[in-house]
Amino acid sequence: MNKPIRTISIFCMLLFIALMVNATYLQYWQSDALDKNPLNRRIIQEAFSRERGAILVDGKPVAVSNESDDEYKWQRTYPLPYKYAPVTGWFSYYSQTGVEQSQNDVLSGDDSRLFVTRLVDLVNGNQTKGGRVSLTIDPDAQNAAFDGLSALGPDVQGAVVALEPTTGKILAMVSLPTYDPNKLASHDFSSVSQTYDQLNEDPAKPLLNRAIQTTLPPGSTFKLVTAAAAIESGNWDASSQVPAGATYQLPETRGDTGLIDNEGRYQCDPKRISFETAMEWSCNTTFAQLAIEVGAEGMYHQAEAFGFNDHYLDDLGPQAESAFPAGTNKPQTGQTGFGQFDVRATPLQMAMVAAGIANGGTVMKPYLVDEVQSADLQTLDKTEPSELSRAVSPTTANELTKLMVATVNEGTASPAAMDGIEVAGKTGTAQSGVEGKPPYAWFVSFAPADDPQVAVAVMIESVPGKDTSEIAGGALGGPIAKAVMEAVIR
Amino acid sequence: MSQSGVIMEFVHRRRRGAELFLLVLALAVGVGAYAAVGLGVDEEVPADIIGYGGWLAALVVVAHVVVRFVAPYADPVLLPVVAALNGLGLAVIRRLDLAEDTTFARQQLTWMTVGVALFVLTLLLLRDHRVLQRFTYTSGLAALILLLLPLVPGIGTDINGAQIWIHAGPFSFQPGEIAKLLLVVTFAGYLVLHRDALALAGRRVLFVDLPRGRDLGPILLMWLVSLGVLVFETDLGSSLLFFGLFLIMLYVSTERAGWLIVGTVLFLAGAMAAYRVESHVQVRVDTWLHPFDYYSDASGGKSFQLVESMFGMGWGGLLGRGLGLGMPDRIPRAESDFIMGAIGEELGLTGMIAVILLYGLIVERAFRASLICRDGFGKLVAVGLGGVVALQVFVVIGGVTRLIPLTGLTTPFLSYGGSSLVANWVLVALLLRISDHARRPAPMLVTDDEADMETTQVVKMA
Repeated sequence: MNKPIRTISIFCMLLFIALMVNATYLQYWQSDALDKNPLNRRIIQEAFSRERGAILVDGKPVAVSNESDDEYKWQRTYPLPYKYAPVTGWFSYYSQTGVEQSQNDVLSGDDSRLFVTRLVDLVNGNQTKGGRVSLTIDPDAQNAAFDGLSALGPDVQGAVVALEPTTGKILAMVSLPTYDPNKLASHDFSSVSQTYDQLNEDPAKPLLNRAIQTTLPPGSTFKLVTAAAAIESGNWDASSQVPAGATYQLPETRGDTGLIDNEGRYQCDPKRISFETAMEWSCNTTFAQLAIEVGAEGMYHQAEAFGFNDHYLDDLGPQAESAFPAGTNKPQTGQTGFGQFDVRATPLQMAMVAAGIANGGTVMKPYLVDEVQSADLQTLDKTEPSELSRAVSPTTANELTKLMVATVNEGTASPAAMDGIEVAGKTGTAQSGVEGKPPYAWFVSFAPADDPQVAVAVMIESVPGKDTSEIAGGALGGPIAKAVMEAVIR
Repeated sequence: MSQSGVIMEFVHRRRRGAELFLLVLALAVGVGAYAAVGLGVDEEVPADIIGYGGWLAALVVVAHVVVRFVAPYADPVLLPVVAALNGLGLAVIRRLDLAEDTTFARQQLTWMTVGVALFVLTLLLLRDHRVLQRFTYTSGLAALILLLLPLVPGIGTDINGAQIWIHAGPFSFQPGEIAKLLLVVTFAGYLVLHRDALALAGRRVLFVDLPRGRDLGPILLMWLVSLGVLVFETDLGSSLLFFGLFLIMLYVSTERAGWLIVGTVLFLAGAMAAYRVESHVQVRVDTWLHPFDYYSDASGGKSFQLVESMFGMGWGGLLGRGLGLGMPDRIPRAESDFIMGAIGEELGLTGMIAVILLYGLIVERAFRASLICRDGFGKLVAVGLGGVVALQVFVVIGGVTRLIPLTGLTTPFLSYGGSSLVANWVLVALLLRISDHARRPAPMLVTDDEADMETTQVVKMA
């Protein structure tokens, strides 16, 4: 009977080897995937009972873990909840968003850059502390943006983004309506899910970070991109005479649907006007014709050079992609010239257009995380600014700046004018494309024009109580942009 | 059945000192783990560590002394391995007790005491394992009755969908664990008598010797019993265990691979039929293939236990969270079937592999005893006991780590549960008895003058 006993022994050995291989697969190769599974409560529960690192703005915390006397030991707290919610996001038992999510590894202490700290904690028997994340936000600019946008009314929907043109630092990011992340970080889980459901189902979408997650037609602010493409083509500069007219019939169209006008701005009526006049008074007829002359291909490339159809923000997610359509026909290309048809942009994207022009044509990659520090304040990593693209040549950027300065000094963007500082700006009032829904107001600008320190985009999606005639980029967005720029410069 | 002269001449050493040394190591595992649990959960060594360690040491010393006197040639590795597993199991159950405010560890320690007592009794009363051969049919009948008991109204209880428990007053136990031992004895007794008929008759089809139709009787009967356990008691694990056990012993006794083929075909047919007919088998397969789909309450939470255990083991990684520092209490009923999930989480892959290797040692030692055993009955009992441990460990750990569908068996020596622990201690006593017999120096032929005069030879046992 010994031969079958040996055979059975080998069979049993194979069974045991299978068990060990499978255990290795589960605990070694699959370990990461299991840890990252959204159903896995262990990771989050552990994170809850750890001292999570703070998120700092100019050295002051906007998210911090305070000791609590319940089973989780630490309570995540947001000292300035409404103002910073779109940036910090929340850290709840069920989910994380914003910087809380994108920098989770650092904040929780699991990041590889914190390895040495973890080792020291382990040896000393201390509990692991998370690292700190310092943001690029300028608190004055953030205050100005938040106050300015809030001042439009209680239920305003909109966003403001300010960038430092030379680096891509995000100096301000505000989105309204907003919410209180403290309620989502509570340890009373049933009230957390109740609050979450309520916020999630709110038709005003307070959980949406409109600065990066909403794309809307940019309207006339997009004329900057059209002008950039036209000047890059070499046929035009800021002192050129450009085609205009009270109306313009798009090629291959007949009748009212293809007829473009300037919504009553008579300065655009002559057949040819100066480029400055066309920008100052935002002449649709001019920019439709320029776009058609540049062509669908040229417009597409220029838009992509500024960042359309691309992801570029790593520090916050999920980010909506700004869109410029490919392969448009002539009448469609004409409409893209003044930011209609299927052109859609986030406020961050339009801030990048202004920042790119301000920075001599080079668009810097936007970023929000300035520094990563260990719990004992050692700097572990500092973000180095990097180029995203060269959208236009320095010469073209210079010509565009002249046009934008003229728009503030003489034209529609005058609400952003400052005493003693030259400001470059452009307004936009985009048709929503929905019957009865008021247009969207846009405003982009940068200052000082000769040495830009800040570029701003303001987007106002809706202001309840104001009807269509009162919605205008210059009147609503101009003062907010001005306040933000002043906060940075002064 | 006598062995070749080489083995007859080789004299095994008793190695009781080695056993004692290994037992000290095993105690260190058990008591050390208990202390680590206290340190991990309460940040202090448990106050009762002396009493607890003393009690554990007393049990182990009693077992060792009895082995030293009544089974001096028994295998020296088995008892320490079992003591280590039992000690580790107690510590892990204690750890879960602290998290869930239960008292399973205390009860388990009582059961361990009962187990060691029965271990001692078995070794004292059963001086020669061949005596058991007389009880071939008695123990077969007893096993059948035990298997049927849970179906009797008023005694049987349905726990977690399996009708495998019986209650008598304050006591409840799983008769399947005891039936396991009785079946090994029955199979061995039956097969050692009928092996020739089962082995020699038959015809050859495609290089494989298939048995005669009329010899299929016993295997068909066993197959039906297994299916009966599966269908009426919805106990997938025991059903698989009994059938696999029978197959192994049939193959070893007849030395014919044809039985394995017949058995595998029968098993597959039975499994297919069960999958089609029995909804709880379908659930087990579905949760095995798509565990994450059945995790939430909305989908019935059918795989909650499995997925929580997998999350725990993944989180444990290579070295584990450390005893008392994980969250194994997230796994429902972690102290019984899913104790390996708790070990994987807190002791990591390292602890997991260590435990699997300890089981591997038990099985290897059982097969080794079987190989050197001089009588056919002892060989079959040893191989059956080793095989049953191997199969049970594979089925339960394979289920917990999602290698195979979950079937629900206890993890020998680790899981909380009196009947399982006691039955497995008796199992080890039987293995020690057989290995003692096998390793004992062979009987000497006494050839003095006086004996020469006799017509018969006197065989003197050493």
